[in-house]
Amino acid sequence: MSELASALPGAKYEGVVRVVETGLRGMITLKADLPQSAKAVKAVTGQVVPKARRIDAGDMSVAWMAPDELLILCDHGRADHVVRDLAEQLGTTHHLAVNVSDARAMFTLTGAGVKDVLGKLTPADLAALPPGEMRRTRLAQVAAAIWFSDAQTAHVICFRSVAQYVFDLLALAARPGGDVGYH
Amino acid sequence: MSTRLPDHGRLIDRSRQVKFTFNGKWMRGHPGDTLASALLANGQMLVGRSFKYHRPRGIVASGGEEPNALVNLGRGARHEPNQRATTTELFDRLEARSQNHWPTLEFDVGAVNAMVARFLPAGFYYKTFIHPRAFWKHVFEPIIRKSAGLGAAPDPETMDADRYEHFYAHVDLVVAGGGVAGLLAALEAGRAGKRVLLVEQNAHWGGRAPVDGDLIDGAPAEIWVKNTVEELEKMENVTLRTRTMLAGVYDHGYVTAYERVADHTPGEDAPRHRLWRIRTAQVISATGAIERPLSFPGNDKPGVMLASAVRDYIVNYGVAPGDTLVVVTNNDDGYRTALAAHRAGLKVACVVDPRAEADGDLPHEVRSLGIRVMAGSAISKVKGLKKVVSVRVQAHRGYDGGHDEIPCDAVAMSGGWSPVVHLWSHCGGKLTWDEDQACFRPDHDRPPTDQNGAGFVTCVGAADGALHGDVTMAATATAMADMLGNDVSAPRVDLAREAPLAPIWIMPEAAGAKKRAKMWLDFQNDVKVSDVMLAAQEGYESVEHTKRYTTLGMATDQGKLSNINGLAVLAEALDKGIPQVGTTTFRPPYTPISMGAIAGEARGEVFQPLRRTPIHDWHEAQGAYMEPVGGWRRPYCFPRDGESHEDAVNREIDATRRSLGLLDASTLGKILVKGPDAGRFMDMLYTNMMSNLKPGKCRYGLMCSENGFLMDDGVVVRLDEDTFLAHTTSGGADHVHAHMEDWLQCEWWDWKVHTVNVTEQWAQIAVVGPNTRKVLEKLGADFDLSAEALPFMAMAEGKIGGFDTRVFRISFSGELSYEIAVPASQGRAFWAALHEAGAEWNATAYGTEALHVMRAEKGFIMIGDETDGTIIPQDLGLTWAISKKKEDFLGKRGQERVHMTDPDRWKLVGLETLDGSVLPDGCYCIASGKNANGQANVQGRITSTYYSPTLSRGIAMGLVQNGPDRMGEVVAFNKVDGSTVNARIVSPVFYDPDGEKQNV
Repeated sequence: MSELASALPGAKYEGVVRVVETGLRGMITLKADLPQSAKAVKAVTGQVVPKARRIDAGDMSVAWMAPDELLILCDHGRADHVVRDLAEQLGTTHHLAVNVSDARAMFTLTGAGVKDVLGKLTPADLAALPPGEMRRTRLAQVAAAIWFSDAQTAHVICFRSVAQYVFDLLALAARPGGDVGYH
Repeated sequence: MSTRLPDHGRLIDRSRQVKFTFNGKWMRGHPGDTLASALLANGQMLVGRSFKYHRPRGIVASGGEEPNALVNLGRGARHEPNQRATTTELFDRLEARSQNHWPTLEFDVGAVNAMVARFLPAGFYYKTFIHPRAFWKHVFEPIIRKSAGLGAAPDPETMDADRYEHFYAHVDLVVAGGGVAGLLAALEAGRAGKRVLLVEQNAHWGGRAPVDGDLIDGAPAEIWVKNTVEELEKMENVTLRTRTMLAGVYDHGYVTAYERVADHTPGEDAPRHRLWRIRTAQVISATGAIERPLSFPGNDKPGVMLASAVRDYIVNYGVAPGDTLVVVTNNDDGYRTALAAHRAGLKVACVVDPRAEADGDLPHEVRSLGIRVMAGSAISKVKGLKKVVSVRVQAHRGYDGGHDEIPCDAVAMSGGWSPVVHLWSHCGGKLTWDEDQACFRPDHDRPPTDQNGAGFVTCVGAADGALHGDVTMAATATAMADMLGNDVSAPRVDLAREAPLAPIWIMPEAAGAKKRAKMWLDFQNDVKVSDVMLAAQEGYESVEHTKRYTTLGMATDQGKLSNINGLAVLAEALDKGIPQVGTTTFRPPYTPISMGAIAGEARGEVFQPLRRTPIHDWHEAQGAYMEPVGGWRRPYCFPRDGESHEDAVNREIDATRRSLGLLDASTLGKILVKGPDAGRFMDMLYTNMMSNLKPGKCRYGLMCSENGFLMDDGVVVRLDEDTFLAHTTSGGADHVHAHMEDWLQCEWWDWKVHTVNVTEQWAQIAVVGPNTRKVLEKLGADFDLSAEALPFMAMAEGKIGGFDTRVFRISFSGELSYEIAVPASQGRAFWAALHEAGAEWNATAYGTEALHVMRAEKGFIMIGDETDGTIIPQDLGLTWAISKKKEDFLGKRGQERVHMTDPDRWKLVGLETLDGSVLPDGCYCIASGKNANGQANVQGRITSTYYSPTLSRGIAMGLVQNGPDRMGEVVAFNKVDGSTVNARIVSPVFYDPDGEKQNV
């Protein structure tokens, strides 16, 4: 078994910004009492539990998704190990850790116009979204999580089944001639 | 005749020419022209025919309020009807055609309607066309549709060639209108550091002030406008947008603005329109005011225009609407038009003013230029058919038989100004009647309120009733100072002193019925003073009823010119005050916006999200016929060359039952439920017992709503002591997950259970048929797949052919079946591996229809076929799946209600036609007698019906009254052609009733 496929391998678009499908990424959903799980999260990921809405980048990135939910990002091949390590660390503490890497697709947007492009699709207030804060929102008609790692780089996570829809949306929003010049 | 002046025209670039066509005739204009100004410059006064009477009509206004000059714009994929010439910027090779005439604009057969106008008064349709009934559809409607109308509907075979988009913005303040009040408001808010979005519907800043010659801080308004825009452009916290109309104000500070990005540059690779979806704390409405027409006989003829529009055309575009002008006005502002026309070298024959005296600064100035001012007089007739030839002027009050005939080819009318209070009113702001200015203006004590109960719309300038430049600036400064808590100093404005206007709603005052039937209120919908008076006479007292009876204000211009005049006439006819009659409701959008802008990006490929499984591309490459299932597209069948869908389905079933079938079941919902209380939770969710399921085992379960109705079904797997995997239907996954979270979060918040929807993590493939185990053994598994180690309704995890798998021994087809889940990233490769290894057993992909037929052959129910939200498990003979041991589960109490336990409920049975034919889907089982409506009584209905290739006959499932007790009985079902077909009631399990095949 060798051929692992992300949702849209190699998909990219060059327009007002550059849109690239980021390929397979390890993702683990952890549902648990977060203060109770802080030690285990630190031991497995090297990260402290992020503050509300933050995504802390590192060897493994950890994102706050809800008061009882984290998303851990890692190499695709490590996801199952992370689940096992969390189970070991958390022991009998009530939790649910599960590999959701393949349930998702990821895109990276780069360019000066990233906020103007995303602003066509999400009702979130992008001016109030500093780098390192993740926003769970929608892109047109589907759920998505977005965050900026710097002023010109945005990341998008959506469900795998709608990867083509989201890519088409992002490419359309980034089509030349559609610059908004707002942000 | 209208013509281009040798000078004036502050908005046009005379150094360049633009060519365009009107009704196929080539004309020339300049960049900066609107289509309306360019038409006038080419002497085209007649631009359309009226809606009802086909009267010749010309341009009346110079902005979005224009009722007459609607054209068909563009052609083919870019053709759009009802485009206002006054707001259409001229571009090279623009193509415009006039509307609502046949055969030509100049000669229109329909104009005969005008001659019989007295037979077509308000309510004519209601009164005349009621009887005989059949006539409406076959006689009246076709004729009326042909004669009444607007532009040509776009060709249904073309697709809009342009793209559209939305854009979301979050600001502190939206300022609507880029006139001097809006600019001042934006400037002060910008200086105070607010995030400001300033939108202006036209392509230019400054509004009316530069046209009307106001002096701001001692210099022409244009200079102040230029300086202010420059300062605003430098502010990073301010966004300025021309060609952007604030379309609607909604609750919670939600505001939409309509940006016409590329209307003036068609064919450019850009979005044509952009709908701004804005969240704002405050809306400043600086939308100005609209001049009202005067109601005198013949006021709708081409050449009769608003006085302000005449000024606009002269000053902005260097276009004269005629050589000789008559001004008719009930206020001093109208005299500005006489002055502007005089300065442009036009002849001003006279100013007709119904006021007894006209002695403000402006009338004095007009008189001093030698222009005749006829105070106390009125226009009683406009002569000319397709253009004005002369007007008849008589005493406004107390007609003595004398009159003057004054030759002219243009009439400028002013009935005073109405503040544009639309944005104030969209969210419920109330109005107050201003007696002095004869207009409704915002009532500051009753603003539209936000979520905190505080006003969130502030009108400034003319929109607030401050109709004069000095008051505008001072009041705007005060409003901004109040809002921002700053000191704001207003620029000084110098202008002429104006005497009060006279609220005159029809002229001459004592005009008789014949004259009133020539006074137009609503130009676009052909509503006259006589129509409103007739409505009042017939008992229509409410302005909303009168509007609908007469169609006043119901045209595409939404009565921007006609509403106030109409309700004033109504008030007079009812002998009531105008404020007692009130206005109709102002609703968004302010002027029409395109359907494309509303749809935004949602068209073509991204009209709707289409969910794809990891194997979707393979299905498409095979030419699968797809069907929508819960947002997914699933293969219905895989027809081969020349094969019908029926043949394909039969082949797929045959291959599966005989050897080996493969189904992409990835869409199946998969929800993880984990925690110490998971068993207890699952027992509540499902009707049957789940907590006693052993780890590694599967159990079919039913899920009901709290009312007892069957909601979803699927196989539950216990992965370990604490963890269940709940399979749901393809369409039900999101709903079931939300249902779980609802109960967990709202009712059982102290239960230790977590859920995660992992549907898309897994690609799931059903490997089905007698050769299933052989193909899996050929691929090579690192665990025991035998019937002994992995029996029916068991699960195991391990590697098959190197893939990471979870294997469930479950069967929806009745055959030996392994449903195998692999991580989605491995799904496509695993599918290929199964086909490759299964080739020797004729591995055949099958679609949803084969799945449906095979499950029906086995008598398995399908959520959505056998259930429709009114069905309980007991109806379907599923009592074996309803626990009697459990104290409670969702739906238990509901199923105990009297109606649910009624022995006469229709129950599930199998049905076989006596002639072997396939019963029509959804047909009814006929009972004896008729019901109160004369329809046949029924005793059941078909829920699933198919041709079974396995049994070579039609099979069906249906719900029949006392059905299970009537085995062997023959009943009749109706057919679409009116005949019936007989079928025998049988067990719903048609194939392998003992389940030997799936259990090997």
